[in-house]
Amino acid sequence: MAKTLTFALMDPPFENGRSTTALRLIDIAVNRGYNVNVFAYEGAVYLPFAKQAQHPNVVHGRNAEEENHPLPRAWIAALMKEAASKGPKIDWINCGLCVDERGAGEAIEGVRRGSPADFWTFAQNSDNTLVIGTK
Amino acid sequence: MAKYLLIESRDPFENNIVARQYDLAMNLVKEGNQVTLFLVQNGVLPARPGNLSSLLTDTAKAGVEVLADDFSLRERGIAAGKLAEGVKAAPLSIVIDQLADGRKAIWH
Repeated sequence: MAKTLTFALMDPPFENGRSTTALRLIDIAVNRGYNVNVFAYEGAVYLPFAKQAQHPNVVHGRNAEEENHPLPRAWIAALMKEAASKGPKIDWINCGLCVDERGAGEAIEGVRRGSPADFWTFAQNSDNTLVIGTK
Repeated sequence: MAKYLLIESRDPFENNIVARQYDLAMNLVKEGNQVTLFLVQNGVLPARPGNLSSLLTDTAKAGVEVLADDFSLRERGIAAGKLAEGVKAAPLSIVIDQLADGRKAIWH
């Protein structure tokens, strides 16, 4: 039976390397064949926000396509696609209270709404849990 | 004997708690535990030989396995072959392997 790892994320996108490191860890776990649970709390609920959009860079004279600004929602979608093709499951829950506070209800496909109780359930049913806090 | 994984993402130049995390790693070893201190992001900065590198060297000499994320090193232009004494470059996959192995993990 495949192992399951749970990650709790708290950082919003575009602000800190922790988000990138977390997604790198999830990618490695999926490639190891492990199931991954993610509980996105506070600003992290914006990581899979569906309305993230690329933009031009007028300072460098590049349009949006040339700028090709990376979007966390695209990375997460790619991770979910990768997992689906290889077998492991990524179960991503956004904290519903955090979503409502921030108006971040429009998440990409595959993201569920939940509560901190889901994080407890995740941890109880996982082989290990890593909390990546903001402080 | 328990096994611990301490992940350090900050550097001691910006955050005073970092040195306490190194102390925690050493004290866990003194208590008979097996400890890996994994440096990532700016946590790898003191792995470049400098005035605070001795903190990591002392940690390694105390019996802590001190590893530095090779990707974070490359991002910061720190040569993996010229790290402070006691620090080794390692892939991030070590973290996943140790989590899967059931290590008690703390992120800072």
